[in-house]
Amino acid sequence: MKYLYLVWSNLKRAKMRTSLTLLSIIVAFMLFGYLGAIKQAFNQGIDVAGLDRLIVRHKVSLIQLLPASYESQMEQIEGVDDAVHQTWFGGVYQKPSNFFAQLPVEPEEYLEMFPELLLTDEEKEAWFNTRTGAIAGRKTADRFGWKVGDRIPINATIWPRKGGERTWEFDLVGIYDGAEKGTDTTQFLFRFDYFDEARQNGQGLVGWYTVRIKDPERAAEVAAAIDSRFANSSSETKAEPEGAFLQGFANQVGDIGFIMMSIIAAVFFTILLVAGNTMAYAVRERTNELAVLKAIGFTDRGVMGLVLGESLVLAGLGGAVGLLLAWLLVSLGDPSNGSLPVFYIPARDFIIGTVLIAAVALVAGILPAMQAQRLRIADALRR
Amino acid sequence: MAGPFNWLSQVTSVTAFGIQSLPQRLGSSLTSMLGIAGVVAVMVAVLSIAQGIMQTMNNSASVDNVVVLRSGSTSEMMSGLSGDETRFIAEGPGLARNETGSIASPELFVIINLLKKTTLTDANVPLRGVGKAAFDIRDTFRIVEGRMFEWGLNEVIVGIGARMEFEGLELGSTIPVGQEEWPVVGVFEAGGGLAETEIWVDSAVLQPAYRRGNSYQSVYAKLESPESYQAFKDALTSDPRLNVKPMRESEFYSSQSEMLYNLITGLGTFIAVIMGFGAVFGALNTMYTAVSSRTREIATLRALGFHSGPVVISVLTESMLLALAGGIIGAVAAWAVFDGFRAATVNMASFSQVAFAFDVSASLLMQGVVFALIIGFIGGVFPAIRAARQPVATALREL
Repeated sequence: MKYLYLVWSNLKRAKMRTSLTLLSIIVAFMLFGYLGAIKQAFNQGIDVAGLDRLIVRHKVSLIQLLPASYESQMEQIEGVDDAVHQTWFGGVYQKPSNFFAQLPVEPEEYLEMFPELLLTDEEKEAWFNTRTGAIAGRKTADRFGWKVGDRIPINATIWPRKGGERTWEFDLVGIYDGAEKGTDTTQFLFRFDYFDEARQNGQGLVGWYTVRIKDPERAAEVAAAIDSRFANSSSETKAEPEGAFLQGFANQVGDIGFIMMSIIAAVFFTILLVAGNTMAYAVRERTNELAVLKAIGFTDRGVMGLVLGESLVLAGLGGAVGLLLAWLLVSLGDPSNGSLPVFYIPARDFIIGTVLIAAVALVAGILPAMQAQRLRIADALRR
Repeated sequence: MAGPFNWLSQVTSVTAFGIQSLPQRLGSSLTSMLGIAGVVAVMVAVLSIAQGIMQTMNNSASVDNVVVLRSGSTSEMMSGLSGDETRFIAEGPGLARNETGSIASPELFVIINLLKKTTLTDANVPLRGVGKAAFDIRDTFRIVEGRMFEWGLNEVIVGIGARMEFEGLELGSTIPVGQEEWPVVGVFEAGGGLAETEIWVDSAVLQPAYRRGNSYQSVYAKLESPESYQAFKDALTSDPRLNVKPMRESEFYSSQSEMLYNLITGLGTFIAVIMGFGAVFGALNTMYTAVSSRTREIATLRALGFHSGPVVISVLTESMLLALAGGIIGAVAAWAVFDGFRAATVNMASFSQVAFAFDVSASLLMQGVVFALIIGFIGGVFPAIRAARQPVATALREL
């Protein structure tokens, strides 16, 4: 206790300096947390990807369509439990910057494949019974202020209606929540039967499939079986685990992890310099006092602990406040105003943050602390 | 006595005094300088990505070129035009002509999967089917290795950026298109533009491979002069046979890159501002320390009759000089490491990869230095005021 009191009064002796150092540590950890959330947004959903799910798409590229008849053919393959299809609608709601994914799907099958999409029984029922019905994720519904019962007009860019009409109108019958933090709640889902009948061209073609397999251990084997089933057909496929697909998609942007690491490294380098220098200065300034402490019986280790304790309190307080601020900032919403499917600081980053706090405290405090430990009373008092 | 000259000479002497004593505070001064250098380096590096992408888009655009898409489409990928429609477009007024007719190239735009070299995962690489006029429209086009593809044959040429970023695009290798493997016979450059990330082939060969019949996605054309754009646009938009959206090439490319540019610039600025706060706190600490270690010296000067103005200016000057040095170090470091650094990212607007070079421009360097000076100013102004306000009598008594 007496140590804590001493540490505290030492920090208070130069209030301005202590608060400035504290603020710069806060800034560093706030940035650390925020960048963690951005990285998570780019790696959208990789953490929550189903281990038992495969994505099957056209071998040449994702934009090539596949026949809807592949569904029943895939379901006959050994090890496949169920298959559902999705298609990229790519429409525009009001203006192009209001980006969110719209997918025509088979409602019952789709909800069964993705149990992480939570709807009430009434909402499900309404969707199954309304041909023009659609459901939206909570994030997108909140973003545009939609309520169940609204009529949502979406302008087609890829899929005009028969006769060339571009506006599709959907009845919002439900708003789904995500079972997990990482669940994408930005999607807008509507019925494939309605879409397929009303679209001008492309009848019987779908974008890609999600396939649930019976045994996650055999994912590679089943994926190979699917690809070979359609080899040498007019539409060859590429099947891969959902996680690998999402990872590949994120990698299209570039090596996000590397970029974020570089920025964070630069930030911490900067902050360490500032904090370390302040600590060193604080010890130099107090040489006399430390010598007095030693003279009245404090051990070398005790004095060293005192200095290290100061740096630990600074880093701990600053780090905790910084991470808290980052968390607050992130929960206020993402910078693109709601078009990132997921935006939160993963628990992993809070743990890394805690480790970094200890590291900053140690690196910034160790030199001054050793200096204090080595201090010889007689020399120091004479200064 | 107290004329402006006297005041100025006070400024010079107090400032010189401060700067001469800098070596005594070397540690903390270097820290604040390096801190600012770090902030400026990060800011310049991130913004140079956005700048590089914009530069690539600008290099792609020529003032007398137009792009025509189906109306309602925001990218070539979403657009679709029938063979007839492309003919009507090519007949539009105001287009430049040569012996074979108007200079207009109906084009197909699809993407294929290739492995990205840096991550070894799939990337969407654009494959463009072009018409004969394509090479009159893009006047920066030049084959740099191998040869041009033969019209009517299953052969492709690849952009120099694409070859650098993706696996399997060396001369003599083949790429999978539909059911077949097509050989790479040449490498081209296109003035650093977007086309350098693309693979080109005869559109007449690409149509059957993708079962497109006689349809296209866009028409690129060259105008007689930039001024003839309005006439061309009016004719097309009022033609009852057509439902299309003509755009100047510059307009088209800036709409394609807008989202990506804004995203990176927004993120870069945000990070720079937050880091800037950190650096301001560091600079404040340094200058408060500097002022407090010079308390007696400053008080002595004041007692001798020096005004507080010169004291303020000398502290500010010192802080801003340190920041200036830090800013220059940071900006130059970012330039040395990142300028011309090549990378590729996905442009969601076209759902395909774009290769670009980081572009640390002169204006970006200036921005970095200005940002450093702002940090230096804020970091210096409060300590300066404190230094000037200290009552002389108490300050002289300080240890």
